[in-house]
Amino acid sequence: MIETSALWTVIILLGVGSFCLRFVFTGLVGDRAMPDWLLRHLRYTAVAILPALVAPQVVWPAATDGVFDIPRAAAAAVALAVGLVTKNVLMAVLSGAATLYGLLYLLG
Amino acid sequence: MTSTTRKSAYRQGIIDAAPFILVIIPFATLFGVLATEAGLNVFETMAFSIVVIAGAAQFTALQLMQENVPTVIVLISALAVNLRMAMYSASLTPYIGAAPLWQRALCAYLTVDQSYVVGVSKFEREPAMTVPERVGYFLGAVTPIVPLWYGFTLIGALIGAQVPDSWALDFAIPITFLAMIAPMFRTAAHVVAALVAVVVALLAAGVPYSLGLIIAGIAGMMAGAQTELWMSHREGKA
Repeated sequence: MIETSALWTVIILLGVGSFCLRFVFTGLVGDRAMPDWLLRHLRYTAVAILPALVAPQVVWPAATDGVFDIPRAAAAAVALAVGLVTKNVLMAVLSGAATLYGLLYLLG
Repeated sequence: MTSTTRKSAYRQGIIDAAPFILVIIPFATLFGVLATEAGLNVFETMAFSIVVIAGAAQFTALQLMQENVPTVIVLISALAVNLRMAMYSASLTPYIGAAPLWQRALCAYLTVDQSYVVGVSKFEREPAMTVPERVGYFLGAVTPIVPLWYGFTLIGALIGAQVPDSWALDFAIPITFLAMIAPMFRTAAHVVAALVAVVVALLAAGVPYSLGLIIAGIAGMMAGAQTELWMSHREGKA
């Protein structure tokens, strides 16, 4: 059971902390120029962080207690492949979901 | 004139972010369901989603609180998961840093994975956009996302534990992120950045407090930046 006081501490401090993280550069740096080397690194923020966030969940899904799962891995591969080929996010999501449900049904 | 282009930028943002509606709905519902299962009431669950507005960090915090982890560790871990928001903020700064402070504060609150990805890829493609157009576009991109995040957290909290595990909602997040990443591989440097980040993320999975994610992200960014430098040197010589 989660204690109410601990819960509200987490909600409020996590909210404040998350806002600070989001505001730290846009708010404080503003329109001052940033150095080239920094901008060069920042260009790759999204393509680095998002795959890094997803990779462990694909290989060791929480829902299977970290056991490699063929439907989930296949769904991830299909979503990525369809995204690469069609450049269409919606198509990629739908193909991934179809793969996941199809294989869960067939293998489950 | 300015207000019309800003309005059309806003509309374009809505259109470009619309596919994420399909993702936000299961994601938000799942949070509502899991929070209720963890014993939070509807008000607490809603406060969580409105104050924090960061799915991955919310799931992390909820998980750890259920395991009775000390509050300080819960906060550090969830903020570590959210450290990427600081990177997003840095990456958005060249594009919207000149906007008025209140607009930057509003955009900061509304910086989520989806609005960042939609926004930054548009700003990269169209460098001629003005700052007000960019802010308009960014606000457009959150319009189909954030209200649904609140709304479906509420629905999830109300339906509670009735969603069966067999729906596999857990995997809505990875599939969506992969779908979002794919169209961003515009150059070899982007591909290298992603591959390095994935390998490091898997190797660093055991690093405590989700810091593996930050290590992997930084490694990927460095790999991308280096590759870009090499490619531009080669072109310079040729």
